[in-house]
Amino acid sequence: MQIIVCLKQVPDTTEVKINPETNTLMREGVQSVINPFDMYALEEGLRIKESLGQGEVTVLSMGPPQVEDSLREALSLGADRAVLLSDRAFAGADSLATAYTLSRGVAKLGEFGLIICGKQAIDGDTAQVGPSLAEQLDIPHATYVRKVQSVDEEKMVVERMTEDGYEVIELAMPTLITVLKDINQPRLPSLKGKLRAKKAQIEIWGKEDLDVEEERLGLAGSPTQVVKIFTPQRARDCRVLEGTAEEMAKVLAQELKKII
Amino acid sequence: MGGIKVDLGLCTGCSLCAKQCPFGAIEIVEKKAVITDDCTMCGACVDACHFNAITREVAQKEAAPDSSGVWVYAEQIEGQIAFVVYELLGEGRKLADSKGELLGAVLFGSEMEEAARDLIAFGADRVYLLDDPQFFNYHDELYAMALSELIGKEHPEILLLGATTIGRSLGPRVSARVGTGLTADCTGLAIDPENGMLLQTRPAFGGNIMATIVCPSHRPQMATVRPKVFQSAARDPSRTGEIIKVESPQVTLRSKLIERVREQAENVNLQEAEVIVAGGRGLVDEKNFKLLEELAQALGGVVGATRAAVDSGWISYPHQIGQTGKTVSPKLYIACGISGAIQHLAGMQSAETIIAINKNPDAPIFQVAHCGIIGDVFEIIPALLAELKQ
Repeated sequence: MQIIVCLKQVPDTTEVKINPETNTLMREGVQSVINPFDMYALEEGLRIKESLGQGEVTVLSMGPPQVEDSLREALSLGADRAVLLSDRAFAGADSLATAYTLSRGVAKLGEFGLIICGKQAIDGDTAQVGPSLAEQLDIPHATYVRKVQSVDEEKMVVERMTEDGYEVIELAMPTLITVLKDINQPRLPSLKGKLRAKKAQIEIWGKEDLDVEEERLGLAGSPTQVVKIFTPQRARDCRVLEGTAEEMAKVLAQELKKII
Repeated sequence: MGGIKVDLGLCTGCSLCAKQCPFGAIEIVEKKAVITDDCTMCGACVDACHFNAITREVAQKEAAPDSSGVWVYAEQIEGQIAFVVYELLGEGRKLADSKGELLGAVLFGSEMEEAARDLIAFGADRVYLLDDPQFFNYHDELYAMALSELIGKEHPEILLLGATTIGRSLGPRVSARVGTGLTADCTGLAIDPENGMLLQTRPAFGGNIMATIVCPSHRPQMATVRPKVFQSAARDPSRTGEIIKVESPQVTLRSKLIERVREQAENVNLQEAEVIVAGGRGLVDEKNFKLLEELAQALGGVVGATRAAVDSGWISYPHQIGQTGKTVSPKLYIACGISGAIQHLAGMQSAETIIAINKNPDAPIFQVAHCGIIGDVFEIIPALLAELKQ
């Protein structure tokens, strides 16, 4: 089975610090990493391929040329093939235009059984590209998947987390799932994998390589527009209690009784 | 890069813009700002520049198609209307009134007549009701098809959904089918008095920046809205409205729900909780979470945790709050032994009241807390429990 894993390169927010004076992000020297949720998506793709004993895992991304580094990392972890959709015309895309561009990349890759995405990207936090991609490819999907119960060429059964438990959903192939972090424990790259990734060819496709309607790409193809960006008020006047544990507990208990 | 233009004559290379750019998309090359491919055209640099050297050209979009009405998607689970729906009706009512339009509620389910009438009492002028046993449980393909068809027939101007598991799955599927924009997880909504457009404000980068987003030329303007941010509508049984019956769509389904499982032990509905008592690394051990449970119980709340606590195996993943867990906005959040890593703050800083208990006075959690106790969790909580029992 052909498995496609969608990856996004994001700034490593574990390194992002807030400037306490200006309340803005300090991004100097921040590294780019593979979106953490996508690491679980890749791991799940590799495990499914291994359990089926056949097939291929292709990692697919859209972004500027430097995303190649992230794709190489995915190859070192065991992905068989890496494709980057990169073109100035793709820039400024919202989730709809991103999903459209990815769907055209998927179309060019040919027949597939399963697409796996992370639950959401940690920079935009929208969680929209996965389901939007499924709709644009006209295939079923399940979001928030915490476990794959079974999978074969015809269908798969997954557990989807809900607010009060989970749902067991059966999906006919081809299909798309978005995964949570408790679905698996991603592996580390092997030395062999690293060497292979170093030499591997990463395919880069621009708009000329894809069968696309140009007006649906990038900024022009995005129905939504950002009109303003601002930093939220963060610093609060924190009232610090003083005294012994008992004294502080007394004041706090009174406060709590007021709130509840 | 189209859209953002730097006037090289005015640019002094001061790098103020590069520091402000949330996407790291500005480089200073030979004392001039250069916009790179990472640019999302958000315009943060335009405001940052002291020399008016940066401008943003907004593409002239075509006019929006005719549309009218503010709609709320009335999510239900096993016949129970989700609590976020009442918040959407409260906020939707305001938006509809400020536009002078009708407020519609879309309800799909089985045997929901009574619930439909209740939505009118909570502020809806019209309820679009699809009543069919096939719709008893949520189903992505089925619901997306029904909602898309209804939009195609009625042309609403605005459609709000809760940013729940269901809303965040249904929303993008419908927006792709209809070919319109969707803004995720909004915490602020308003109507632009100049052009009547919906101003959708949402956090990004784990809440470190806020973005206001519009959808100028596609309808409906769709948004998912974070639960617990807006006030619920008040119920007024004397209100009147119209129930409009909706036909089931013809659709071949390729997925099916096998079962819905409610997990008793794991039943931690953090997003609905009014009170959350959360623990972090400072709790040191699994058994200390018992103390938090006691406190949560005394306050009628539930227990949450940081990623560090979950990764240490002290408590299960459904309890995790933060960037890779859940986003919550309860009335009261008590952070116990939580230092306040940026990823954790992302998931809880919109709580109404935050109380932090931590030994370290420099812990970042105190920057977002309304009330802080610098002290030992293991002394404070037992003392607090004793006080509460009195």
